[in-house]
Amino acid sequence: MFLQLAPFNLGKDGFILLAQLRDRLVTRLGINIQLRHIETDPDFAWNARRNQYDTSKLLGLLDKMDGSNPILGVCSVDLYIPIFTFVLGEAHLGGKAALVSTFRLDNATYGLSPDPDLMLDRLEKVALHEFAHLLGLVHCPDSSCLMNAVSSVEEVDLRGDAYCTTCHQFLRQAIEKRK
Amino acid sequence: MTDSQQSLLIVDDEFSVRDSLTGWFKKDGYKVDSAEDGRTALSKLPQHDWDVILLDIKMPGMSGMEVLTSIREKSPDSVVIMLTAHGSIDTAVQAMKEGAFDYFTKPADPEKLSHVIRKAMEVRKLKRENRLLKEKLNDLSRTHEIIGNSPAIQEIKEQIRILANNDVTVLIRGESGTGKELIARAIHASGPRRYFSLVPVNCGAIAESLLESELFGHEKGAFTGAQHRHKGKIEMANDGTLFLDEIGSIGMKMQVELLRVLETKEYTRIGGSKSVKVDFRVVCATNQNLEQLVEFGAFRHDLYFRINVFTIQVPPLRERRDDIPLLVDHFIDMFAVKMDLTRPEMTPEAMKRLMEHDWPGNIRELSNTMERAMVLSQGNAIIPEHLQVQGNPSQKVPDSSIDDMVKDHVSQTLEAQNWNISKAAQILGIDRATLYNKIKKYNLRS
Repeated sequence: MFLQLAPFNLGKDGFILLAQLRDRLVTRLGINIQLRHIETDPDFAWNARRNQYDTSKLLGLLDKMDGSNPILGVCSVDLYIPIFTFVLGEAHLGGKAALVSTFRLDNATYGLSPDPDLMLDRLEKVALHEFAHLLGLVHCPDSSCLMNAVSSVEEVDLRGDAYCTTCHQFLRQAIEKRK
Repeated sequence: MTDSQQSLLIVDDEFSVRDSLTGWFKKDGYKVDSAEDGRTALSKLPQHDWDVILLDIKMPGMSGMEVLTSIREKSPDSVVIMLTAHGSIDTAVQAMKEGAFDYFTKPADPEKLSHVIRKAMEVRKLKRENRLLKEKLNDLSRTHEIIGNSPAIQEIKEQIRILANNDVTVLIRGESGTGKELIARAIHASGPRRYFSLVPVNCGAIAESLLESELFGHEKGAFTGAQHRHKGKIEMANDGTLFLDEIGSIGMKMQVELLRVLETKEYTRIGGSKSVKVDFRVVCATNQNLEQLVEFGAFRHDLYFRINVFTIQVPPLRERRDDIPLLVDHFIDMFAVKMDLTRPEMTPEAMKRLMEHDWPGNIRELSNTMERAMVLSQGNAIIPEHLQVQGNPSQKVPDSSIDDMVKDHVSQTLEAQNWNISKAAQILGIDRATLYNKIKKYNLRS
């Protein structure tokens, strides 16, 4: 099994971040990860009234990409789903496509000094969380588990950086099944 | 998907809202379904007992408010959260007055919405537990524990049914061991106070000096040894039922105090200065002749009238012998389970012995007799030799105390003199006051 990692309008710095993320995910998940280039500009999903990007539209685009392996999009724009003010990431449960954004994981968004290492840690946590959703894992009540539901960057920082034993077992089984 | 999986129904005319919320909450492990309008939502109510319903206020066709009203009728335990745009917050507030749990303005903060959904699920769980407990209580509260088909027992059951929705004070009268407390419990359990406590107080078993503290409670430091504030039985019976057993045994001072509480439903803890308001039903029981106690001046007539609003007379077992086989069956079943024995049969001879006995100790005596018989029979058929009742040789062995003998002698003398106190006292060689004391001590009745 391999995961496709697809950048959305990330820029040069973003690609360095993406490469670092790939290395970390390979180490953590033990699966092949392929970088995938996306030609389409995410602006088609821009909502002028909210000044945010519609996650459903971006996920729809990823869903239509060729290949059956799961695909995780990484972008730097502010994401929303219609009912919520924002989302950090989103995935189709048991589906093909997931998306994470660095926008609200970046200290600069909150007027703080940029901290690339911290942002990479946060991105890794959110990416591992959304990836597990693609393999069918739901939220975990264990607050230290990576699959615990989080909605803000503060909660991302508070959440542990590993799956709990049960979620880890489910994830390994799901990966084995897809091999 | 399991039955215990918590469920969520999303009702919104916007596809994107339904779609995104469905995906979001499925990841929380909920069973999620959605409906694009009110009618579709209502059609989904009979299909599943939805825990939480997220309901948009502005929809074409039926409005969210109309749907809310129907949900309250058809699925009252479901917790409803309204979704609203900024312009319709007034309507959302109105919806909460109509029974909605909370409301959210679109777009919502994901953290807050997830938190409110978790809270709503907890509320729903509590509602369900509450309903199940009430159903369980309702099951426990039937009069089926009162065993018997005799006309007297049928009448008592009918009286309990009448009393169920009536808060009047009840006086249960009957000999010792006839099951007066069981009837008190059935009265309590049949009425709307059943979700609160039934607090029994055996007035005859508590010394006069302690009864006041037991009933009214006391404040810390009210008397030597009162190290803590103590809740009285009356306070514990708030919203429930206070069962005063052996009411005829309480002393004159306490009668005054009790009468005041029954009349005003207010009292003051011992050592306290603040009046406490209480709301409880009173059920009293006695095996004494209260009228005679009133006549002797041993029981206040105003208290007598206060408690004697509705009387249930429980017949002694000897007056409803037809119920003995049913009671015997009941006790055999009960003790077989308790003692982990196979259910023994009653031989016709043994049953005949029971039917012929007079049962001065009533059902309590029958229960004890059957318990002994079960021990002796050890799961085999119960024969007359297993029954230690009148006519059984073992009864002939003297086994009564001097006190018992005095009680019997005084009782027989009173009966022989038709309860003429002066004559009986003269024959017994004691004065009237001593005889009254003995009548009270031994709970004698005419």
